[in-house]
Amino acid sequence: MSRKKFRISGSGGQGVITLGIILAEAAIQDGKLAVQSQSYGPEARGGASKCEVIISDEDIFYPKVIIPDILISMSQKAAEKYGDEIEENGIIIVDSSMVENFVNDKAKIYNLPITQLAREEFGSPLYANILMLGALVGITEVVSLDKMKEAIQIRLSRGYEINVRALERGYEEAKKIL
Amino acid sequence: MENKPRLIQGNRAVAEGAIAAGVNFFAGYPITPSTEIAEILAELLPKNGGKFIQMEDEIAGMAATIGASLTGKKAFTASSGPGISLKQENVGYAQITETPCVIVNVQRLGPSTGGPTLPSQGDIMQARWGSHGDGPIITLCPISVPECFSMTITAVNLSEKFRTPVYLMLDEVVGHMRERIVIPNKEDIEIVDRKRTDKKPGEYKPYAVEEGSKVPDFADFGQGYKWHVTGLIHDETGFPSNSTKEVKKLLDRLMTKFDDHLDEIIMYEELEIEDAETVIVAYGSVARSAISAVKRLREAGEKVGVFIPKTIWPFPEQRLREIAQGPCKRIISAEMNYGQLSLEIERIVVKYVDFDTALKSNGLIITPEELMDKVRGGNIL
Amino acid sequence: MKKELQHLFRMNKLPHIWCPGCGNGIVLRTIGQAIHESGIDIDRTVIVSGIGCSSRSTGYMNFDTVHTTHGRALAFATGIKISEPDLNVFVITGDGDATAIGGNHFIHAARRNIDLNVILFNNNIYGMTGGQYSPMTPQGDLATTSPYGNVENNFDIPKLAIAAGATYVGRSTTYHDKLLVSVIKEGIKNKGFSLTEAITMCPVSYGRKNKYGDGADMIVWQKENSVNIKAAEKLGADKVKGKYIIGELYNQSKPEYNDLYNNIISRLQREGGYC
Repeated sequence: MSRKKFRISGSGGQGVITLGIILAEAAIQDGKLAVQSQSYGPEARGGASKCEVIISDEDIFYPKVIIPDILISMSQKAAEKYGDEIEENGIIIVDSSMVENFVNDKAKIYNLPITQLAREEFGSPLYANILMLGALVGITEVVSLDKMKEAIQIRLSRGYEINVRALERGYEEAKKIL
Repeated sequence: MENKPRLIQGNRAVAEGAIAAGVNFFAGYPITPSTEIAEILAELLPKNGGKFIQMEDEIAGMAATIGASLTGKKAFTASSGPGISLKQENVGYAQITETPCVIVNVQRLGPSTGGPTLPSQGDIMQARWGSHGDGPIITLCPISVPECFSMTITAVNLSEKFRTPVYLMLDEVVGHMRERIVIPNKEDIEIVDRKRTDKKPGEYKPYAVEEGSKVPDFADFGQGYKWHVTGLIHDETGFPSNSTKEVKKLLDRLMTKFDDHLDEIIMYEELEIEDAETVIVAYGSVARSAISAVKRLREAGEKVGVFIPKTIWPFPEQRLREIAQGPCKRIISAEMNYGQLSLEIERIVVKYVDFDTALKSNGLIITPEELMDKVRGGNIL
Repeated sequence: MKKELQHLFRMNKLPHIWCPGCGNGIVLRTIGQAIHESGIDIDRTVIVSGIGCSSRSTGYMNFDTVHTTHGRALAFATGIKISEPDLNVFVITGDGDATAIGGNHFIHAARRNIDLNVILFNNNIYGMTGGQYSPMTPQGDLATTSPYGNVENNFDIPKLAIAAGATYVGRSTTYHDKLLVSVIKEGIKNKGFSLTEAITMCPVSYGRKNKYGDGADMIVWQKENSVNIKAAEKLGADKVKGKYIIGELYNQSKPEYNDLYNNIISRLQREGGYC
């Protein structure tokens, strides 16, 4: 992997920024370079929240993502706002429990009922972001699961065990559909 | 042993850089997008025996910062557009009283309340001339998270060495993005303390300078020196003077304070300059776009380079003029405002090369594509 | 000047710049007297002032002194006191400096109960700029910017300070100079925000315009229009209406800002520092 651009989109409160920060942290701990940014104002369009991460083996200069290689879509609104913007042959991971009828011809789409899993198996939609992170690792292998656990340890002040279980569960769910 | 790499925000790197620089006082007021610096220092300073106070307004934040510096502390404040405007009178007070302090400005789009979360570089001229009258100022502009850390230390050191206020100018992009940093070990960090007087109380003249120096020695308050600090024009005893001779003497010294030390103050970075026919001049987050653009243009065989001033004031005039006198045929000044630093750059290079600007001020960072287009003669900006 | 006070002043900077009949010199002397009698370490004492006639005092006082920007003396002093809590910090300010342009700093310094000794010279006018009305110019009085009579209400400065959180508040006049010394001294003893309102006179820019006579007439006016708080309590509210109540008006201790903050530092250091 030389350079991958991620856009994580959802709505406020879903933890998309935390997801992005943990992703970037894992890359750093894996010896790669990473830049994470979040957008305000005209870049963050109405109700949709997004976070961007660039992971690379080489220096990253321009810190923003214009067209991502990998898009995560966790809400209907975010899907409508950002669903078209993807590199040719890119990857889109959709939380199918939150987004209906997602279509994009340019990319490979993975539908996973992430929030539903979070509710049913972890008792709260709050775990959706970490489940999604596990799914992202399962689909892209951008960093190892172990590095992701290390990043969770660094970034989340509590709930390490349950978050690691959520991570692994997301990973497993993704592997099922590959 | 090297420290473990971390992923941190630019604003956090500034706060941690301040602690590493020996800053032991912060007074400020919350304002987007600089607030994280205050929040983090509110946590870190008391743990390190320092003091943090949230003042009643921006003006008071600047005043308390100067007050703390008079007791010999390394004093620090951070703000953004509207707050920086409010601080200006006391920035001038720090200039004329030669009180070391660092002011971080995480720039947002102005004028007025403007765009609190929108990146901008619109305070570049304010940093130079924001307070009334002619006064000395040093202004630094980091482009990355590691530079936010290291240049905060540089800013504190320069403020101490030259007894001057120093601006550290971030923009919202650099302040809020997270990036990899390896914090250097304590023993590898150079710390500069202001020179204290070796004179006895009674012999001490607070604004007298030694032969060959333009920076007077300092006496911490509370040590028996009983000296007077005033924003009025003063002579070397520190007391007000109406003598035009003293006015000129003081202002001449202040306005030439850095002249013999430019090599210690001026920092810049350049890339692919040697044979470049077009050179982009960019600073802050725009410099990152410029580097991306230059790398891609070079891959396409185009002779393009980038010059990145890290010290904005005093501006690296000599080096930029040398570049303009070399193989370079065209210089493009790129910034997120309507052409503030471009005025300075144009003044320096216009005799030698074609001068052009790449300006954007809509709350979005200039992209590499926009700069590539500009280099190739397009006009999407 | 008394010999015992001379070391507290920069004798080579005197005589002062104030006009004939001005009361500021008297207030300045009482501050010196109070500092002398309180026995505080003058090498560890800082005096901070703002801008205006009274704020020129710092130039004459033989301490570490700061003549700051207009209205901001309390904010500078806050930085000094917090960064070095062992210093004794005095603030000299005027009615315009403290209650108009510096009004915000005034209420917040009082609210924090930070250990500052504030002596507010109230001469009811902006003297240095030539007689414009201040928040303390009595309603109806003339000033260059109230040529038809001032329509604005005044602050009651002690009440303002008490309401904001000051823990010591006193008031006296240049006529009652001994009382002024004792009020300032009590303020020094208080560990917290102490305010002394010193009623002084500006015959040139205020008295003349309002036909109050010269400095001597105005000091007599102070005598006739002030009632000591102890006497006032006996006389009742009606009889003291419109008069300055002088003496110790409020004295109630409360935890001081630096003590509270330093407790936090000690606690954090017990728990292990950051670096």
